[in-house]
Amino acid sequence: MKRHAIGAAAALALLFAATPAAADGAISIKNFDFAPMTLTVRAGETVTWRNDDEEPHTVVSLDGLFRSAAMDGGESFSFRFDKPGTYKYLCSIHPRMTGAIVVK
Amino acid sequence: MTNSSRRDALKCLAFGGAGTLFALSGGVPVPMALAAAATQRTAPLKPFFVQISDSHIGFAKDANPDVKATLQRTIDIINALPERPSLVLHTGDITHLSKAQEFDAAQQLLSGLRVGELHATPGEHDVIDGVGQEFFSRFGKASNGRGYYSFDAAGVHFVALVNVMQFKAGGLGALGGDQLDWLAKDLAGVSASAPVVVFAHMPLWTIYEPWGWGTEDADRAMALLRRFGSVTVLNGHIHQIVQRTEGHIVFHTARSTAYPQPTAGDGPGPGPLKVAPERLAGMLGFSSLAISGRAAALEDSTLA
Repeated sequence: MKRHAIGAAAALALLFAATPAAADGAISIKNFDFAPMTLTVRAGETVTWRNDDEEPHTVVSLDGLFRSAAMDGGESFSFRFDKPGTYKYLCSIHPRMTGAIVVK
Repeated sequence: MTNSSRRDALKCLAFGGAGTLFALSGGVPVPMALAAAATQRTAPLKPFFVQISDSHIGFAKDANPDVKATLQRTIDIINALPERPSLVLHTGDITHLSKAQEFDAAQQLLSGLRVGELHATPGEHDVIDGVGQEFFSRFGKASNGRGYYSFDAAGVHFVALVNVMQFKAGGLGALGGDQLDWLAKDLAGVSASAPVVVFAHMPLWTIYEPWGWGTEDADRAMALLRRFGSVTVLNGHIHQIVQRTEGHIVFHTARSTAYPQPTAGDGPGPGPLKVAPERLAGMLGFSSLAISGRAAALEDSTLA
C-alpha cells in the first residue's frame, strides 16, 4: 500500500505552486459527501481531499490502492495516481459516502 | 396481562429516575411508563448491568469541548448507584479517531469504574485503520482478536457482535458470514429460556438507511434469536434513544457520553449536534438493564 503523508502533499503543492490548484485534483468533503463525487485527472497527478465537515472522514480505495488515516475537520489527504484507470473509494466511517477518481 | 400479574411484575421492577420498563410476562415485553411503577417500588432487580456508549475520546469541537469530563461524570454516576452493576458494556466509539493516546485516555478513565468487568465492542471510530489494531490490542483478549464473543454472567447469556468492519460502499453495517456462522453455533448450546443480551455498536435493525443506521444482515442474526423467550439488543452509534419491540426481542440504542446527534434525516448527516450548554447534560447518559427470570427492565439515565 502506498501512503503519502501530508508533508509530502505540501511539498508537492510547493513544487506545483505555479499551477492553479484546480490543475491537480481537489475534492472537498462536505455535508457527508465528496464534491465532486467523480473527478478526472491525468496520470501522474495528485488528488487532495480536504475534510470541510466537523465529523472525521476517511478515503479508502475499494481495491486497496490507498487508505487515508482519519481526517478530522480541516485536515487533508493526498495521493498521486500514476496509472490510468477508475479508482472507486469510500469513507470507512460512513460507507454510504462514495466517490471515484478517473485517471486518463 | 391481568392486573394481578402486572402487579407482580411491577413488584420486581423497581428503579429510580425516569425511564421505560419492559415487563416480560409470558415472554412478551410490555413497555410501561416508569411513573406508573413508581409507587410500587421495592428492592431493585438483581443482577443488573450498565451500558455506556459513544464516548468519542479525542473529540474536542463545539458540541462538547470536554468529552473526558462527561465520560468521567458518567463513571461517577455509575459508581454512586445504590446497586453495583455486575458488569459494564461499552458499545463502541470509545475513541473518536482510533488514536493510541485516545484509547489510553479512555482506558484510564474507564479503569475508574467500580465494577468487576468491562466488556467492549468496537465502533467504526475505533477501527479507522481497517484492522482495529489499537482497539484489539486493548479489548481483543476476550475474543482472541476477533471482536465477537459470548459469555455467561449471572444467568444471562451475553453476545458481543461486531458490525463495523465489513462495510461495503453505499452500505449499512454488516456482520458477515463468518460471524453469523459462529453465532448459530454459539446459540445452539443455549436454552431458549435463558435471557440473552446481544450488544453491538450499530443498530441491529434499520432505523434510517440514508444515514447508514442499520445492519444489512441483522435479519439473519434475529432469525437465530427468535426462539428465545427474552432477548435484549443493546446498540449505540446514533447518540440518542430509539427502541422497538419485535416479538420477544427488545431493541434499544443508548445515549452517547460525548455529544448528541440529530434525529434521523434532520440535516445533511449524522454529525455532532450542538445544543445550548445547559441542555447538553440532559442529552448524554447511559442505560441500565436488569433481568430477573421472565422480567427485564431497561432504564435510561442522563448526566443532568
